[in-house]
Amino acid sequence: MPSLLFERGAPGRGATFVSDAGAAARYLDAGLLRADLPLPDLAELEVARHFTELSSRNFSVDRNFYPLGSCTMKYNPKLNEAAAAFEGFTELHPFAPDAGCQGALQLLWRMQRALTALFGMTQFSLMPAAGAHGEITAMLMAKKHFNDIGEGARNVCLVPDTAHGTNPASAAMVGYRVNAIASTARGRIDVAALKRKLGADTAVCMMTNPNTLGLFEDDIVDVTNAVHEAGGLMYYDGANANAIVGLCRPGDMGFDLLHLNLHKTFSVPHGGGGPGSGPVGANKKLAPYLPQPLVIERDGAFALDWGSQRSIGPVRAFWSHFLAVVRAYAYVIVHGVDGLRRNSELAVLNANYVRAAVKDVLAVPYEDFCRHEFVCSAEALKKKTGVRALDLAKGLLDAGIHAPTMYWPHVVPECLMIEPTETETKATLDGFAATLRGLVELAEAEPDALRAMPLHTSVRRVDEAHVGRQANKGIGLRWSAEQGAV
Amino acid sequence: MYTPHTPDEIRSMLDVIGAPSLAALSAPPPGLEIKVRLDVPPALPEADAYAHIKAMADEDRAARMVSFLGAGAYRHYRPPAVGWFATRSEFLTSYTPYQAEASQGSLQAIFEWQTYICLLTGMDVSNASLYDGATALVEGVIMALHAKGRRRVIISRAVHPMYRAVLQTYASGMGIEVVELAVGEDGRTHFTSSDGASQPADCVVVQSPNFFGCIEDVPAAAKLAARCDGLCVSVTAEALALAVLKTPRELGADIALGEAQSFGLPLGYGGPYVGFIACTKEHVRRLPGRLVGETTDVDGKRAFVLTLQGREQHIRRELATSNICTNQALCALIATVYLATVGSRGLKAIASANLARARELAGALAGIPGFSLAHPTPYFNEFCVRTPVAAAELASRLERRGFLAGLPLSRFYPALGDLLLVCATELTTGQDIAAFAAAAREETSHALAAI
Amino acid sequence: MSQPGDRVYTKEHEWLRIEGSSATIGITDYAQSSLGDIVYVELPKPGAQLERSKPMGVVESVKAVSDIYAPAAGTVSEINSSVEDDPAKVNADPFGDGWLVKVTLQDPNAAAQGLLDAQAYADFVASLSH
Repeated sequence: MPSLLFERGAPGRGATFVSDAGAAARYLDAGLLRADLPLPDLAELEVARHFTELSSRNFSVDRNFYPLGSCTMKYNPKLNEAAAAFEGFTELHPFAPDAGCQGALQLLWRMQRALTALFGMTQFSLMPAAGAHGEITAMLMAKKHFNDIGEGARNVCLVPDTAHGTNPASAAMVGYRVNAIASTARGRIDVAALKRKLGADTAVCMMTNPNTLGLFEDDIVDVTNAVHEAGGLMYYDGANANAIVGLCRPGDMGFDLLHLNLHKTFSVPHGGGGPGSGPVGANKKLAPYLPQPLVIERDGAFALDWGSQRSIGPVRAFWSHFLAVVRAYAYVIVHGVDGLRRNSELAVLNANYVRAAVKDVLAVPYEDFCRHEFVCSAEALKKKTGVRALDLAKGLLDAGIHAPTMYWPHVVPECLMIEPTETETKATLDGFAATLRGLVELAEAEPDALRAMPLHTSVRRVDEAHVGRQANKGIGLRWSAEQGAV
Repeated sequence: MYTPHTPDEIRSMLDVIGAPSLAALSAPPPGLEIKVRLDVPPALPEADAYAHIKAMADEDRAARMVSFLGAGAYRHYRPPAVGWFATRSEFLTSYTPYQAEASQGSLQAIFEWQTYICLLTGMDVSNASLYDGATALVEGVIMALHAKGRRRVIISRAVHPMYRAVLQTYASGMGIEVVELAVGEDGRTHFTSSDGASQPADCVVVQSPNFFGCIEDVPAAAKLAARCDGLCVSVTAEALALAVLKTPRELGADIALGEAQSFGLPLGYGGPYVGFIACTKEHVRRLPGRLVGETTDVDGKRAFVLTLQGREQHIRRELATSNICTNQALCALIATVYLATVGSRGLKAIASANLARARELAGALAGIPGFSLAHPTPYFNEFCVRTPVAAAELASRLERRGFLAGLPLSRFYPALGDLLLVCATELTTGQDIAAFAAAAREETSHALAAI
Repeated sequence: MSQPGDRVYTKEHEWLRIEGSSATIGITDYAQSSLGDIVYVELPKPGAQLERSKPMGVVESVKAVSDIYAPAAGTVSEINSSVEDDPAKVNADPFGDGWLVKVTLQDPNAAAQGLLDAQAYADFVASLSH
């Protein structure tokens, strides 16, 4: 087990980075200064060994298959990385005058335009930092819109029971009461139940399409019409947009607002949990409320524009996760509309292929073809053998395959949500299906063997209970000199 | 483009699925097909795409200019080792570490980040990162709101104007009253005498060094917070200052938050950067977002794992402490590798170099006729200089000479048209300073002559 | 799973043991085992007024969170602060050491009305796994 940085190194080690300017006390009154700075000093090779060793203890797309539903773990092309490393982008200060930033502004403007066309909206803001940030941005826009038109009393947000957890959390932040809508036996939103809940208090209905079961909400136009008739707004959570790019558009379905996850659909690497980028699109009615600044073009010159009186204002300090947007732009420009549509089609093909290959051993609760992902259930296996979805997932880790998304959405018991993405080969999918089938067979023969997995990862199943109980008291969340980790 | 399917494979896969064609399998319900030609640029071969994007990057003249801009985004030396290790594929292309067995690398690195942030701020606990300094401020205010429940925030007008603007965006939607405190002639906030500031509030927010570069009287802010029965929230926009200044904890803060872009992240035209937030033990359950804890696996081996997930949106949904999901893991990793690479000795030396260069710059600018330092208050690596002509005009004249002269404060404070906020870091050379001062002297006299 | 016969139960898996005008409240063995390892318990403050069927606290496990609903109306007279310190007690002994709060009942005679006896609760739990 590698030690922590704080258990390595020795005082006095480390390279010299700048010419010696003496101690801080030469420049500032001692009363302002901290007594010591207890950070470890390491030789660069120690740093190299430490982080190279850590990197070997990680799964990653470049090494492992990630059939991780709702996360779109597709390949991240290296062109993206090269583009984001150009000095004209990395060394550019956000407060530099527009005239000196024409390249960056042009790229942002082109990306706003491309997304606007691809998703059928009127305008996009690239400011939000991630999907959930896009959601709260859109909720703030909706709230301001209703206040402006004298309907600020609308305070109910309708969310299907299959929605991402960020949806209700974002709605609650602006004070909206969250009302869950049940799903039907077909795995779609219950339109009749939704209509019963619509009324003068309806603010927003948040939906994902295809939904988190991987099914297209085929009554979507009926839903958006009904919500609009009740005076509410429709919000599209773009987490599953990888199924629809170039095939259909949320704007045409009747959505007023949407966010995208450039780190899912547009191949920006996930980075172990960020940075993402969560652009928000709006139709004509909501576009004036988008966060500022937007990028505009006038006579061939590009500029940051702060002109909308109705904008909710900025949602982060600077204009966008620019280097993430550069990566996504590279992805758009090498694909064009046809290439993007092809990717969506192949994402749907790969998902249906895996679905067909496993559905006789793990029940698929909905008959229709899926879109870019599907869910299956280990409920029967659990009843028969006691082996749970979690155990199958841990077994996959031993085979070098990342676990699927599990236990969500809650409408399917012992749920495994599988999204292969378009960049995987048929051979990888065949191997995955064979591995999963093998694990189900093993579960039936030797359930304890499954429950002991994983055996070959850098650590095995961990004790989450003890650390959780300690963490509530602020213990075990950092290393400290006195006690090691406290 | 990056998909591997051969026509034969597609046919055989469709056969297994039992679908007639790729189009039939993926088509939307009738009526939702796209009926217009989409205005998206045509696909470029990869070599052309590379050249096309490179050409845009090359148009960014400002990236090559001699810069004295800071104001929340700082140009610092990034040791090559940092990018080399931090952007390995195994980190770059991994997912959020929900599966502990498959993510020990990312998890341990986050645990190390949390430790670094605690050591730098003096706090007990830190989270795994937030989007940036401004959204960290919003999350800190929401923590205080959860603790006190008053929906009233007192904040210094010397907190970064963009941070305050972002707070206002959220406050408007969340029904939070924001009371701003005036700034005195010395560039520091009036925490003692103020009108609305004596009533109960969730928190008092102070930034140090503040937007004008001045080191604030944080204990005075903490005293005001105590009088208002609120928490003291400390903001740091230039994390490098934490290497030398007293910690927010020592100065009386309950929550310390800010922006850590200075630790190895490029300017990148504003992002992605990395927000941090840390607090005392008693507020640990109010922390937003992910937290990593140390534990053991079934064999007793040391291991790291996401913990206290019951606070988070994927479990607690509308009752979560925050809606944040994806954060800035890779940026926090870069900062962690940066701190490991430079170490205590390196970080102190870099901070001292910033102190030294900024004082050289101050001396050179104060020597120009009509120029003076605006505030008689200690500063770290940036400060305001008073100019005899409008600062915005001077900056635009200097831009034509190849200098990013700093930020004219009129952009955010219309009454302060003669103040220019300038910054010097360890990358600012003596030659840069001399050339800049000479150009400023000339452009000032040209501007005065034109009046 | 045996349910003590000296108390009554809710369909939300709380138990209520009435002793004269006061009562003790906890969660059932079924509740703790469904939640898994409990890491955090949030209880009302002494003196708090509980309304029947309204949330009075929260139990949180590693991967789930559950509201605790008051089985009866009353005033909190005592809380088991040892389970706040050591939530594992609720897993280990939900019907004994893992009790949560004691209340002074608003209407001792009516408190048990509409709640399940041990057998009815056992039947209810059995019905859940089908």
